[in-house]
Amino acid sequence: MSLLYPLLLSSALFGIGLYGVLARRNAVLMLLGVELMLNAVNLNLVAFDAWFADQLHTGQVLTLFTIAVAAAEIGLGLAIVLALFRAVRTVDVDEVGR
Amino acid sequence: MNLAELVFVVLSVIAVGSAVLSMTSHQLVHAALWLVVTLGAVAGCFLLMTAELVAWVQVLVYVGSVVVLVIFALMLTRQTGGTTAEVTGNRWIAAGLGLVAAVGLGATMIAGFRGQQIEGRRIGTAGSIGDALFNNWVLPFEILSGVLLAALIGAIVISRSGSDR
Repeated sequence: MSLLYPLLLSSALFGIGLYGVLARRNAVLMLLGVELMLNAVNLNLVAFDAWFADQLHTGQVLTLFTIAVAAAEIGLGLAIVLALFRAVRTVDVDEVGR
Repeated sequence: MNLAELVFVVLSVIAVGSAVLSMTSHQLVHAALWLVVTLGAVAGCFLLMTAELVAWVQVLVYVGSVVVLVIFALMLTRQTGGTTAEVTGNRWIAAGLGLVAAVGLGATMIAGFRGQQIEGRRIGTAGSIGDALFNNWVLPFEILSGVLLAALIGAIVISRSGSDR
């Protein structure tokens, strides 16, 4: 399989995730954009690991670590969003900024 | 183009299409559910790139728990009153930046790795990944468990501290 397919897919997913983070007003949906960007990175790591046929499976092990860190990040992020909602009764980032 | 590439292209189209829908949908829960489709398609891509274990971990952790967590958060923070547009005023700047990032990364990838092939010589089964993980990557693995514990405690502290006030 050509290496370019996964690399181009991950570029597209990263761009879409970046748009989501910058354009969404809801803080929970901003976190969804971050998850999408992390997934694009995972795709890159797995593609390069499979291409390089690494003896230590560096890319795939690092992907597992990234998935665990992303799970920690979304847990903490959602806790912060819930605390924010309790404090100001909104998760709209435009209104919170005011 | 062989069968694996054809399936990969189909999965890519599904992933990109549902990612766009997820990032632009005005229904909050629909956005989270479209993300499930994207993450599932990416898990299929992992399988096609011979990364078995990573694909199943993706299904378990992302599709299984992260999206459920997000849906819970969406329902807990549901706002009453008038609904507003779900995008900020600077959405066109955001769209431009996203496009620039995607095109720039894509052009770099094409310039650097055109013509390279994935041959799938070392398949990422649970056995081979486990060997690599526990023979060579034990220390990062242990540190990661500390990170997860810290994040768990932090999340509990943050979500409890507001409630007793």
